[in-house]
Amino acid sequence: MNDHEDAEGMRGMSNATSRSLFIRFAGLRELGIFIFLLVVVLIISIRSPVFLTLDNIHDIGLDAAILAIVAVGEMMVILTGGIDISVGSGIGLSGMIVALIIMNAWGIPPIVAVFMGTAIGGVLGMINGILVVKAKIPPIITTLGTMSIYRGATFIVNYTVNKGKWVAADRFAPAFRTFTRDTFFLVPNLILITVIIYIIFYYFLNHTVTGRKIYAVGSNPDGARFAGINVSKIMFLPYLLTGMLVGTGGVLWVSRYTSAQTDAAQGFEFMVITAVVIGGVKVTGGSGSIIGVLLGSVLIGVINNALNLVRVSPFWKLAINGFIILMAVIVDKYIQEGVNKRLLERRKI
Amino acid sequence: MRRNNQQLKTSSFVVQWEFILLLIFILFNFAMSFTHSNYLRVTNLFDTTFIFSEKALVALIMTFIIITGNIDISVASMMGLSSVVLATLFRAGMNIWPASLVGLGVGTFCGFLNGFIITRVRLPALIITLANFSFYRGIAYVILGDEAVGGFPESFLYLGRGYIGNSPVPFILVFFIVLAVLAGIILHRTKFGRTVYAIGWNEHTCYASGVPVDRIKLLLFTISGFMAGLAAVFITSRIGNTRPNIATGFELEIITIVILGGVMITGGVGKMWGVFLSIFLIGTIRYGLGLHNIPGQYMLIVTGSLLIISILMNNLIVSYVEARYLRAMAALEQGEQLTEQISSRERR
Amino acid sequence: MKKTLLLILAFVLVISFSAFAGGGGAKKDEITIAMIVKNIGNPFFDVVRKGWDEAVAELGVNDVWRGPEQPTPEGQIEIFESLIAQGVDGITYVGNDPQALAGVAQKAMAAGIKVNGWESGVVPNSRDISVEPVSAQTIGADQVKILAEQIDYKGQIAILSAAATMANQNTWIKYMKEELEKPEYKDMELVAVVYGDDVREKSYNEALGLFKSFPNLRGIISPTTVGIAATGRAITDEGMIDKVELTGLGLPSEMYEYVMNGASKVFGLWNPKDLGYMNAYVTYRLVTGEITGKPGETFKAGRLGSYTIEPQEGVDNGLVYMGSLFRFDKNNVGEFKDEL
Repeated sequence: MNDHEDAEGMRGMSNATSRSLFIRFAGLRELGIFIFLLVVVLIISIRSPVFLTLDNIHDIGLDAAILAIVAVGEMMVILTGGIDISVGSGIGLSGMIVALIIMNAWGIPPIVAVFMGTAIGGVLGMINGILVVKAKIPPIITTLGTMSIYRGATFIVNYTVNKGKWVAADRFAPAFRTFTRDTFFLVPNLILITVIIYIIFYYFLNHTVTGRKIYAVGSNPDGARFAGINVSKIMFLPYLLTGMLVGTGGVLWVSRYTSAQTDAAQGFEFMVITAVVIGGVKVTGGSGSIIGVLLGSVLIGVINNALNLVRVSPFWKLAINGFIILMAVIVDKYIQEGVNKRLLERRKI
Repeated sequence: MRRNNQQLKTSSFVVQWEFILLLIFILFNFAMSFTHSNYLRVTNLFDTTFIFSEKALVALIMTFIIITGNIDISVASMMGLSSVVLATLFRAGMNIWPASLVGLGVGTFCGFLNGFIITRVRLPALIITLANFSFYRGIAYVILGDEAVGGFPESFLYLGRGYIGNSPVPFILVFFIVLAVLAGIILHRTKFGRTVYAIGWNEHTCYASGVPVDRIKLLLFTISGFMAGLAAVFITSRIGNTRPNIATGFELEIITIVILGGVMITGGVGKMWGVFLSIFLIGTIRYGLGLHNIPGQYMLIVTGSLLIISILMNNLIVSYVEARYLRAMAALEQGEQLTEQISSRERR
Repeated sequence: MKKTLLLILAFVLVISFSAFAGGGGAKKDEITIAMIVKNIGNPFFDVVRKGWDEAVAELGVNDVWRGPEQPTPEGQIEIFESLIAQGVDGITYVGNDPQALAGVAQKAMAAGIKVNGWESGVVPNSRDISVEPVSAQTIGADQVKILAEQIDYKGQIAILSAAATMANQNTWIKYMKEELEKPEYKDMELVAVVYGDDVREKSYNEALGLFKSFPNLRGIISPTTVGIAATGRAITDEGMIDKVELTGLGLPSEMYEYVMNGASKVFGLWNPKDLGYMNAYVTYRLVTGEITGKPGETFKAGRLGSYTIEPQEGVDNGLVYMGSLFRFDKNNVGEFKDEL
């Protein structure tokens, strides 16, 4: 191929990329969930004018933040073909441990408490990881087991150290009590932390070798092994990272509600998995984007918020919630199929 | 050679797992019988089966579903909805028996809906049943709200509370055992059962071979709804009262029972008598620890650890057996090579 | 084939043990009384336990303290069965759903066990005696009165309850609504009843939702310890102190911050410790036969003094009221926050 033809080809390509930015956007897997989110937001803002106020958006953000943080971890676990249903219990345990430590040590700055939580959560995650990778126990069984064990441990720790009394608001240093809502250049700390985490993991998953290895292992474990990837290490990593994120979330949880109770975050794992799956991550692993997970978490936050705004009878809330999730997945599936078809057609050049 | 390895892994896994359960069961009962004077009272032992009989019924169909590599997290919500429907109809004046049939029908329909969405829209069972876990329970709340329904007739209450004649054997226990035997026969002795295993091993190959995978999955999920409805009738009868939150949290216990019974979540592995043992093992552990008034939180830790330890033990045994097999094979090969060398030298 | 044989052998082995250990239920000399609470891990019941332990020590009996991990009636039924199997002498319970527990309570009574149900509403033939800390009617009416005083008897109010399936919550709400029908509350309007399920984040979010759906909201009643604390947090976070008044039933330890910062100026409770103490005595008296639970009988409950059993509407068994609603405010909440 001579230079002249090369240049022609290049020009053609650059034209194509700029023209087809819209088409590329339309080809995004996240399109489905994004459209659904827009539709839901539209419907709600018609029924309830309060919905799109800054104050309410602020509340939605705070509500969805912890979910979003933990969802990143869960996403990575699911990407490698595993699952972690111990996250709710992990939040409870790590939050309780940190709360018991700082309730008598008001000098500890809140950010240090958050790091303590991250470390403790990391240990919990390591236990999961070791059981899955070293002991070769299937992830669902491991995390089903640790879900119960961590929850039981929360109870025991609380009883041993504090005789069963939950740690109440006045036991925390004032700085810790308001930490999640205090702003750093107009942005609430909680949201700031969430954004930072997302930036870090976006880079990690999309632009580092280890991150790409996670995708590789998930989509084809045997192929990955033949390609020379240390599959054990890559499968261990998400559990450790999830544990750390769970620990972070646990402390933030305690700060947000200024309370550490033995049944905190019970059932939270269901919401986390829902957020991840709605975000387009395949349950079989190997495919999914962090943007999708963010959108999924936001959608759940929006739904929870909306149900409390719109004056609907409380007995309808659960049914509507379940129904919307169902619709979200089904609609997303159909949009995905449409998008994939369009992508396939474009290849026919 | 590779196929043999897999077979060996499978057969040693399967054989060892259920025997470990049996061992634990016997040892636990043995130990417990000496620690508490009331432990082996026959009436107590039989009475304790009431608590887990409804979960046991659903565990039967859950076994099939998990063997195919799927899962159903909405079973408890289907139980709740069926119960609420039958109770509401009864309260509105319908005779309890047709009301129960309608409740059963509702449960079956919910299961069918699960299966329909999973097979038509082709979405993972995990997420669809997770969404319906909220949805079906939500409908129960829409129907009954903050009210309760009770006052069922004696004949209905017999189902969940009654004994066979004058014996201490509960009716529901006998009912369950009959169904369990039936389920075991279907799973292990029919072509349908073998197909279920095949789907769990490799769904794509089954599709390619013309197995009606979708229809079978749809059938299994529909039956799941049916069993949930059946369990709902029994639990409503046993408690004698129902609210929208009845049977909350049962799905996790049912899944734990099935997994502890040796059914692998990846599909294709598991035996019915393992699940049967698991039901009674968990039941007796709860009963034994309960007699000693051990708090529920410790029960949580025990069940969680039991799951992990049993698989750990199994993995250890499998790797030990595998290692010995591999060594034997290696020795055999060496022996063959030697024989080759000797005979080829002799030929010269 | 071999496996099936082994299986049958194992089962036969186990069952044959019963031949040796059969005649269980040894008659003990000491009395054993048991308590079933709504769930373990709830600080309210931990305080109840303190009183219970105190009474048990005074009475010199054996005791059992149980509760399910989750506040479900099924969990309590399982515990009931376990206690019946153990052959305890008396059981006292606070029901997650008293109607659901009626069946198993009857089974216990048929087995000769004395049953005391507290805060468990009116369900016929389900116990030998009932104990209410305060009459349900008083609980409902008093909370309305407290809130009304704070908002000058006018404005929109809402109720943030626990779970829609909790019988005692529903009873109190019923009495609150009845109280609101009285003429002095004509300028107050109950605009919503929402359910926080005693889950902190859910209660918190429901409170936020109330503020946004009803911008003119003047007051919230939350007759549940988790709900009122979560609402206190919400009011503080959203800067609604003094705009929305809060009252209900709460624990001083959880509510201390919110009383001090003004989110909830007055809230109520009865003394959980005395409740535990009282119930131990009542159950003991039942077991020894000093009382049978019928209206008109009198008994002494240790340091709490003498009580007369009143009739309970709609059932055969009698009812004991412990006392009246205790109000906590800025002046006294500090005293109790470490204990309660």
